[in-house]
Amino acid sequence: MDKTVNQKAWLLVAPVFLIVAFSAVLPLMTVVNYSVQDTFGNNQFFWNGIGWFKELLDPSTDLGSRFFASLWRNLFFSAVILAIEIPLGIVVALSMPREGWRVAACLVILALPLLIPWNVVGTIWQVFGRPDIGLLGYTLNHLGVNYNYVSNEIDAWATIIVMDVWHWTSLVALLCYAGLKSIPDAYYQAAQIDGASRWAVFTAIQLPKMKRVLLIAGLLRFMDSFMIYTEPFVVTGGGPGNSTTFISIELVKIALGQFDLGKAAALSLVYNLIILITCWIFYTVMTNAGADHKARTGEA
Amino acid sequence: MARIDLVDLAKSYSGEAADVDSYALKPLSMTWRQGGAYALLGPSGCGKTTLLNMISGIVAPSRGKILFDGVDITARSTQARNIAQVFQFPVIYDTMTVAENLAFPLKNRGVPRPQIDARVAEIGRLLDLTPHLDRKATRLTADAKQKISLGRGLVRSDVSAVLFDEPLTVIDPHLKWELRSKLKALHKALDLTMIYVTHDQTEALTFADTVVVMHDGRVVQSGTPEELFNRPAHTFVGYFIGSPGMNVLPAAVSGREARLDGGVITLDRSYPALPAGATIEIGVRPEFVEVAAPRPDLLTARIERIDDLGRARFARLRIGELRLAARVSGALPADGDSVGLVFDPAHVHVYADSRLVEGVA
Amino acid sequence: MSVTLDNVSHEVGGISHIRNVSMTLERGSLSVLLGPTLAGKTTLMRLLAGLDKPTRGCVLVDGIDVTGRDVRQRSVAMVYQQFINYPSLTVYENIASPLRVQGRPREEIETRVREASRLLKLDPYLQRTPLQLSGGQQQRTAIARALVKGADLVLLDEPLANLDYKLREELRAELPRIFEASGAIFVYATTEPSEALLLGGNTICMWEGEALQIGPTPKVYRRPDTLRVAQVFSDPPLNTVPIEKSGTEVVYGGRVRAQADGLFAALPDGAYLVGFRAHQLELASGSGTRHGFAATVVLTEITGSESFVHLKLDDSYWVAVLPGVHEFEPGDHAEVTLDSHDLFVFEPGGRLVAAPSAM
Repeated sequence: MDKTVNQKAWLLVAPVFLIVAFSAVLPLMTVVNYSVQDTFGNNQFFWNGIGWFKELLDPSTDLGSRFFASLWRNLFFSAVILAIEIPLGIVVALSMPREGWRVAACLVILALPLLIPWNVVGTIWQVFGRPDIGLLGYTLNHLGVNYNYVSNEIDAWATIIVMDVWHWTSLVALLCYAGLKSIPDAYYQAAQIDGASRWAVFTAIQLPKMKRVLLIAGLLRFMDSFMIYTEPFVVTGGGPGNSTTFISIELVKIALGQFDLGKAAALSLVYNLIILITCWIFYTVMTNAGADHKARTGEA
Repeated sequence: MARIDLVDLAKSYSGEAADVDSYALKPLSMTWRQGGAYALLGPSGCGKTTLLNMISGIVAPSRGKILFDGVDITARSTQARNIAQVFQFPVIYDTMTVAENLAFPLKNRGVPRPQIDARVAEIGRLLDLTPHLDRKATRLTADAKQKISLGRGLVRSDVSAVLFDEPLTVIDPHLKWELRSKLKALHKALDLTMIYVTHDQTEALTFADTVVVMHDGRVVQSGTPEELFNRPAHTFVGYFIGSPGMNVLPAAVSGREARLDGGVITLDRSYPALPAGATIEIGVRPEFVEVAAPRPDLLTARIERIDDLGRARFARLRIGELRLAARVSGALPADGDSVGLVFDPAHVHVYADSRLVEGVA
Repeated sequence: MSVTLDNVSHEVGGISHIRNVSMTLERGSLSVLLGPTLAGKTTLMRLLAGLDKPTRGCVLVDGIDVTGRDVRQRSVAMVYQQFINYPSLTVYENIASPLRVQGRPREEIETRVREASRLLKLDPYLQRTPLQLSGGQQQRTAIARALVKGADLVLLDEPLANLDYKLREELRAELPRIFEASGAIFVYATTEPSEALLLGGNTICMWEGEALQIGPTPKVYRRPDTLRVAQVFSDPPLNTVPIEKSGTEVVYGGRVRAQADGLFAALPDGAYLVGFRAHQLELASGSGTRHGFAATVVLTEITGSESFVHLKLDDSYWVAVLPGVHEFEPGDHAEVTLDSHDLFVFEPGGRLVAAPSAM
């Protein structure tokens, strides 16, 4: 839509541009610079062209195999937590009270996990799951379940997934709750009068009306889980073996562990690109859904 | 299909212990016959929507009973009452096509597929929705969506009653005509008991056989459009029905004369039994007051403004401090803005404390 | 001051919302934008206010081009269909808010708020908040706020649409008086013909983004330029019937023959479309210049004072407004007449060729 143009606005945005330039654009340029060079330390750099990228995308090399292995781990992790958190969030939102003091109580309880910093969440679960002193680990082992996230791959994965579900389902639930609250009462009354079952109300009214918030929730949870670093780093440190080494952990290993700046830079650029592309896909899907919504309800 | 009895029905939002005068709906008893078209008419806050929602079961009454065909259904849930309701704004199931929307109430009740298809086709045809039946309902205009809502209300042939809560609010004036007459035709075709809530007198009067006028939680008059227009039982009915509303003027009545500030109006009947101490007013509709050239035997008024409604003109007049409206049929009298008023005695009513008083011939 | 739209068009995403509209609004005038939903009324108001910039054409204030200028630099007030007030402020503070923004002295604010509240009969409610008011009072508060701003241009977008019927009637009667007292340029959008008639002033008849006709309201009502204008400006909807004139005879709808008298007398031979409003039909047998039709009743709606009788005559569907109560049953026959002096004749293309001469 054509708005009247006001050039003064640029002046007000300028500081933000400056800050973004310093905090994002310049570091990114540095990374781009590193990604096409090799170094043996001593601040000596050699031009390597697209060599690192070639190696990275070739699964037969060491770097490539590590990259693809961690990429699949990341995708699998995101898929699993989305498959759990979205339905669970909907169920939590549906079972929340609609009015009265219990609404406030529920909201506070739901918000609690969201307020805890990532590394604290990691530490909590690290301690919680320890077979010797952790409440969870000790109880499980006592009940005869052989649970040890340090030595067993499946246990490590389960711990990280449960931790993420515990940490972030609240966000999905809160978004869904907001979506549910915005449905006018007339819809529920009409459904009652039309004799709709609880399931029919859910599929015919609640789910379609929550579509947009669910898309947003899905996007947020995907981005976040795809970039996960702190929690697995604190709990499992990427192990046992490499079983919970996600791209971010791999990246840190290469960059700070091996000090392969060039490889790390190339990896981080590709990582970044993957996130940007998924962002764009989600954005397109969402704005399309939005335009659709506008066309339906809009007036000139 | 049912007769509806309301027995001493009342609703208070501040608890039953509260003073009856503060009830949103004061106790009322009424009977609505099977297959009738009823309208609940009144300004916002008069309790009409509360009454409707009690019949549909969305609001529970504070006291009293609701009977469908003599069976007490006061305690039943909305689903169990077997009614249909159309709301002010279109309610559309986004994911369904128009046909699926129409079929929804039938499907939920396990009606066999061929029967559903036949009924949906019939309602679609009656509402001119046939060409849209296979389209997604969300892609339609607001009035088409409201037609779907209407259709969902009418699709079940076995309902006790169909309730309409200001269903034409979002519709353009031209389409209002179409939908209103469509509803009326549907009522004739389907033999359903219909109850229509509105603040729009034209909608109420044209739709219903019996119009129930409500004011401040009370039913002030229930009757045919003609009765409401010609013999308003309460000055509120006179004011609310008709555009402009009835002129209500304080007067002293003796014999067959009503004495106003500015002169005398002849009455058709005499009123020997007027209650003492009551506020006496006369009410006469603008349609029955004619503007004429001033004459000594006529009440004189000053013209403030002429409202030209296209098909009729009404003069806004003043007699001293009193304001009234009168019909202008011919050319206006030329001399200045003073005019004489000719009253039709048969249509001048007398009110004591706002209630109609029967005269003696 | 005057506001002029010079050949203005507005498109959004390739869809035309306003097409080549030109008009001039003078100080102290009232213009009614009449048209159905989506006719472009709101878009036109946004262009006038400067909220949107036209795709083509320009907006002039006192002859100076202000097309790209920001809305804040223009002297505009707007009232919407929804009652928009500051919920936490009292009615007094709501009305005073534009003056506070302008940084007026306290005494001036006091006098101007009092003046506006008296005009809109809000005196008893000044200390309440909007939520404690009825819809009519809330909308009066919004109107008062628009008036007190002292804007040169006041835009009202269907301000009465969300109000009860009777409240609408009351405010409608008050508005012309309020407008007269203020002296600004008023633009009032509505979908209802009767509202335009009661407000008077000028009517701008809108249809699909075009201003079809601009002129004094009674003139647009009584001499619509085109069939479309007559349709927009009729409630109940305009009745139409095709006719064929040859010599001294007219044939309605290919069947009913009548003398080519009245408005038909001066027409060249050919095919036309006759349009007439519901009240122009009378229930009687034809005689003289009143042409009679034997129609079939489809439906009768009775309001107590009038009856709306829906009629079918061959391919035409008519609505007649008859005074009094007429209890026709569907399928009944009714003899109605139309005065050949009192109707509109349009070319097949829709242009008016004959209308009643009396204004």
